[in-house]
Amino acid sequence: MVYLTRKAEFSASHFYHNPDFTPEENRRVFGKCNNPNGHGHNYTLEVTVKGEVDPRSGFVVDLKQLKEVMHREVLDAMDHRFLNKEVPEFLHQIPTTENIAIAIWQRLAAKLESARLHRVRVYETPDLFVDFYGEP
Amino acid sequence: MNHEAKKIYPVYPCVPCGKDFDFMGSFQMKAHLSRRYLFSASHRLHSDAMSDEENHSTYGKCNNPYGHGHNYTVEVTVSGQVDRQTGMVCNLADLDAFIETQVLARFGHENLNTLREFAQEVPTTENLCIQIYEIVQRGFHFAHLERVRLEETMMNSFEYAGREA
Ligand SMILES: [Zn+2]
Ligand SMILES: [Zn+2]
Repeated sequence: MVYLTRKAEFSASHFYHNPDFTPEENRRVFGKCNNPNGHGHNYTLEVTVKGEVDPRSGFVVDLKQLKEVMHREVLDAMDHRFLNKEVPEFLHQIPTTENIAIAIWQRLAAKLESARLHRVRVYETPDLFVDFYGEP
Repeated sequence: MNHEAKKIYPVYPCVPCGKDFDFMGSFQMKAHLSRRYLFSASHRLHSDAMSDEENHSTYGKCNNPYGHGHNYTVEVTVSGQVDRQTGMVCNLADLDAFIETQVLARFGHENLNTLREFAQEVPTTENLCIQIYEIVQRGFHFAHLERVRLEETMMNSFEYAGREA
């Protein structure tokens, strides 16, 4: 098994708010991230796929295809967007780094053919990141 | 719930189980959250169980009796189900507060050799990594501790994931 990781960057804004919480609860749980006007991050995405090396091409995955899928499914949808208002998943999910990683996994897993998705890692800042392995 | 959202949100099949997956559902998802923290400390690598020559040949420059220091980066990885109400594995504020008080305040700007934690053992980065793992493992209960990674310099890092791993 060989693992291949492709990186991408996107910038987006978000805020954290749960409509089931009272305003006080929202402020207590989410702190500064509760500001409804939003704030932004430069996210770094790392997508790791795994598979056997194809004896004819020498590839684990067609990198061109992976790059295209990442662009179409993730960057076109999330780059330079207000996640809470423009990305369907986050109209009813809080766009935490955890949920962003899960949403990206779901978007990619449906579209990647040859190789299997191993890990989606999303860095919100260089000192905070989430890994999702598709585990229930 | 927002019915507009429901309408435009596509339903994807879940890869691990093959069932259709809907974010509004009570679907369980386990994620790993990692956070990096910085602290600076000094140490001297010296073992009382060795002769001076042995200490010198084992630890080299790190055996300098006056000690030396590092900017350590500690990376803590915790895991758990993403809470549907908060979208989080655990509240970052709780993790930060715990690490601040229990790890950074304890080791930051200290000479490790003078601490009671290192009264019996050499303050190598391996031992420091294990100590930090055990502090978090014992005291932090908002999520499961996966591992602690400690970077001594940009070139060296150590990871500990418990006795079993
Ligand atoms: Zn944020
Ligand atoms: Zn040293």
